[in-house]
Amino acid sequence: MTLAREQVRHVAWLARLGLEEGEEEFYAQQLSGILGHIDRLQQLDTEDIPPTAQVVEVINPLRDDVPEPGLDQAEALAGAPAQQDGYFLVKAIQEAEP
Amino acid sequence: MRRRETTPSELLERQLADIEARDGEVHAYLRLTPKSARAQAAAADQRYARGEPLGPLDGIPMAVKDVLCVDGVETTAGSQILAGYHPPYDATAIARLRAAGAVFVGMTNCDEFAMGSSTENSGYFPTHNPWGLDRVPGGSSGGSAAAVAAGMAVLALGTDTGGSIRQPAALCGVVGMKPTYGRVSRYGLIAFASSLDQIGPFTRSVTDAAQVMQVMAGRDPRDATSAAEPVDMLSELEAGVEGLRIGVAREYSEVEGLEPGVRARVDEAVLKLEGAGAELVEVALPHTDYGLAAYYIVAPAEASSNLARFDGIKYGASDPNAQTLVETYLRTRRQGFGPEVRRRIMLGTYALSSGYYDAYYLKAQKVRTLVARDFAEAFRDCDAIVSATSPTVAFELGAKTGDPLAMYLCDVLTLGGNLAGLPGISLPCGEAGGLPVGLQVLAPQWREDVALRVARAYEMASGVTARVAPA
Repeated sequence: MTLAREQVRHVAWLARLGLEEGEEEFYAQQLSGILGHIDRLQQLDTEDIPPTAQVVEVINPLRDDVPEPGLDQAEALAGAPAQQDGYFLVKAIQEAEP
Repeated sequence: MRRRETTPSELLERQLADIEARDGEVHAYLRLTPKSARAQAAAADQRYARGEPLGPLDGIPMAVKDVLCVDGVETTAGSQILAGYHPPYDATAIARLRAAGAVFVGMTNCDEFAMGSSTENSGYFPTHNPWGLDRVPGGSSGGSAAAVAAGMAVLALGTDTGGSIRQPAALCGVVGMKPTYGRVSRYGLIAFASSLDQIGPFTRSVTDAAQVMQVMAGRDPRDATSAAEPVDMLSELEAGVEGLRIGVAREYSEVEGLEPGVRARVDEAVLKLEGAGAELVEVALPHTDYGLAAYYIVAPAEASSNLARFDGIKYGASDPNAQTLVETYLRTRRQGFGPEVRRRIMLGTYALSSGYYDAYYLKAQKVRTLVARDFAEAFRDCDAIVSATSPTVAFELGAKTGDPLAMYLCDVLTLGGNLAGLPGISLPCGEAGGLPVGLQVLAPQWREDVALRVARAYEMASGVTARVAPA
């Protein structure tokens, strides 16, 4: 499987990853090389094999529902690049998608 | 210290002096915290002086890979996107080591978001191998491995998603352990691939690794994947390998790219174990070649999801020139993430995207089942599997940076243990061409005790132990 530049552009957009000039071509080549190796997976017949998402047999353990102190508002906001009135501050959201 | 021959403060000062003397060349540490370390050491001095109850690691200096949150200390995952991030809490592993008396000295360098096998993907600077400064220390926990190897830490923490503790331990000639998935709480670990990540120790002896594991392991209500299995790393440690069946897999001992010098040291180590009373058994791991391919779908897919949180809004870096919210995302992530992280985010996003999910992600998860079954089958015939940790000794800086796939192949002998959730340890088994060779011991889930016992038996039988690299 090779990856075309348009696919790199699409995937980068899905991941909200800005690319520099010329990077679409660079990553198209590199990712195609990696996928070339990964394509060997298709050699295996996995028709009747269940997928594994996690490997240890621990099923939905729950802790007791005991309230305990967490971060207060100031602590939660302490790392924010911008904040206002106790909220995270973001730029305008109403621009059209590129 | 119990014999009053030295004190935690004296030990810390010696450690800080060693760091001062050597880290200008090795570059293992990203940042040091001498002020808080001196306060912690002084408190430990008091406990020793007054005869108060002591923790199992009381007064021992400890370095931490820059992916574990330490309360109030800048923690960046080796990435510019987290520059300036000061977590408001300790990771559970850190909290437990603190409670055991360990003295926290600083944060060690690593590949950005733990993605890499050489520490050259750090967003700050590369770390050099103390055994040969033109060589990489391995990765991603290369700073922790190099710090222990250079005598700049007695113990250090790392994380292992595909080999990121064991491979640098091998390349730096120290002991490194990756526990069973779920053995150590991941609370406070900056996530890379959540179904694979585990925290573990670097030390200069198997016994020290067992001690640290005993402190860190066990159920934590803050990590739902941490297990309530009983923790006993120590009582069988010295039991030897008499009567144990040691598995050797041809797929590992004849893996492509295995250097003759590495193979020779590992073959000798296997014979040492046989000489110490172990029974050697041939086992098969037929899906080894496919494991690497499955890993490089599963891990990037999980990473692409985990790293979506770095958006320039809640913490870390943010592009001040963005005009809109989406520009904040695009520009912050463009500037903040290095090439390998971008590569993996795109690979993972692609594998999860509409139209490719079945062909890549689902397929990789099914192959993961086959890899796990290989190990389950093998462990019916043996108690532990022994192999090289890394096919090669430490390679030169820059040798693989232009070829991502060549770098990925560094993990071919370690990532199976992550896919199957197994505990594994790497320990030194000699040198090839003047550089350390690592021996890997893998054991069934929850059997860290077996991996540690085999490793300790090798130390005793061979007399080979980790030592500080000469300056």
